[in-house]
Amino acid sequence: MSEYAILLVTTALVNNVVLVKFLGLCPFMGVSKSLEGALGMGLATTFVITLASAATWMLEHWLLAPFDLHFLRLLTFILVIAATVQFVEMVVKKSAPALYQTLGIYLPLITTNCAVLGVALLNVMEKATFTKSLVAGFGSALGFTLVLLMFAGMRERLALAQIPAAFAGAPIGFVLASLLSLAFMGFSGLNFR
Amino acid sequence: MIVAIVSLTLLGLALGFALGFAAKRFAVAQDAGLAAIEALMPGTNCGQCGYAGCAGAAAAIARAEAPPTICPPGGKALVEALAKRLGFSVDVASLTEPDPKIASVDEEICIGCCRCLKVCPTDAIIGAPKQIHNVLREACTGCAQCLDRCPTEAIKMTPIPLTLQHWVWPKPVLNGTLGVMS
Repeated sequence: MSEYAILLVTTALVNNVVLVKFLGLCPFMGVSKSLEGALGMGLATTFVITLASAATWMLEHWLLAPFDLHFLRLLTFILVIAATVQFVEMVVKKSAPALYQTLGIYLPLITTNCAVLGVALLNVMEKATFTKSLVAGFGSALGFTLVLLMFAGMRERLALAQIPAAFAGAPIGFVLASLLSLAFMGFSGLNFR
Repeated sequence: MIVAIVSLTLLGLALGFALGFAAKRFAVAQDAGLAAIEALMPGTNCGQCGYAGCAGAAAAIARAEAPPTICPPGGKALVEALAKRLGFSVDVASLTEPDPKIASVDEEICIGCCRCLKVCPTDAIIGAPKQIHNVLREACTGCAQCLDRCPTEAIKMTPIPLTLQHWVWPKPVLNGTLGVMS
């Protein structure tokens, strides 16, 4: 059990997808203008990453490995991820039209969020078991959501702060992101032995 | 090879059917009236009405927040169509339809500050710092966003000048009763 807890912390904080592995930076900068949108995006991405981790594990171990079809890995993974994202889009459109408006183009763009594919490929590389890849996917998604929320909160404060004109908007956002990334480097000191 | 083809085909089919089923299951009943109004709008999203595109204007008209005369490019024809669709009566004859206008730069006052060309949504204004700007007539949509930006009021909205490229033979003059030509 503790093994899974450690895995969760490791993927969420120590190997954070956004700030340590630098995956999924597009929604990180794009949807972090308001807390509400960031939360919705985080939840949608969490759902997609967790589901995609499970689906890609099944694909890898039941289809690709037995028939020696490793060259189809990227293709099938993207196919499954795209289908999952389409499904999420339908559900969000049905259940939360306001959120659908807020997320806009970034919702279908989860398909090309490299964090989703990255986590799936990392799971394959680590040769993780089904439960482990599920937990790793969920942990990574949790880390993504956490970072997105933190960043959105800080950017909401930045909107009210007095910023030199040359830095207003995206530039100060990038400075902030790099500082946040430096802070997350501190987690690499965590030792679980 | 065969396994690859068959498995990919099956995978695509399965996902396709699953998504198709989900699309039926989670179908959003779009407001038919709103969609009809949106279909009537010009659809160029010029923004002259002040709403976010034609969809925004259509929603505002449907909620009765905006008058049906809000769309300058739509003009009389749009008001008539909206009146028919929404069931209100409108005195079309009293509506004046202003001639379409596009921006033009007065070369004697333009100081070449480049402020207008930054706001032009269609990049219709050409110019460089301290060079006199000019408007490409083919590209200007007449949105008038550049109008307030000019510090010297060199930009004016003027009727589209008659050029050889779009001159048409004027309609024959009707005299007295309809259809009887002089």
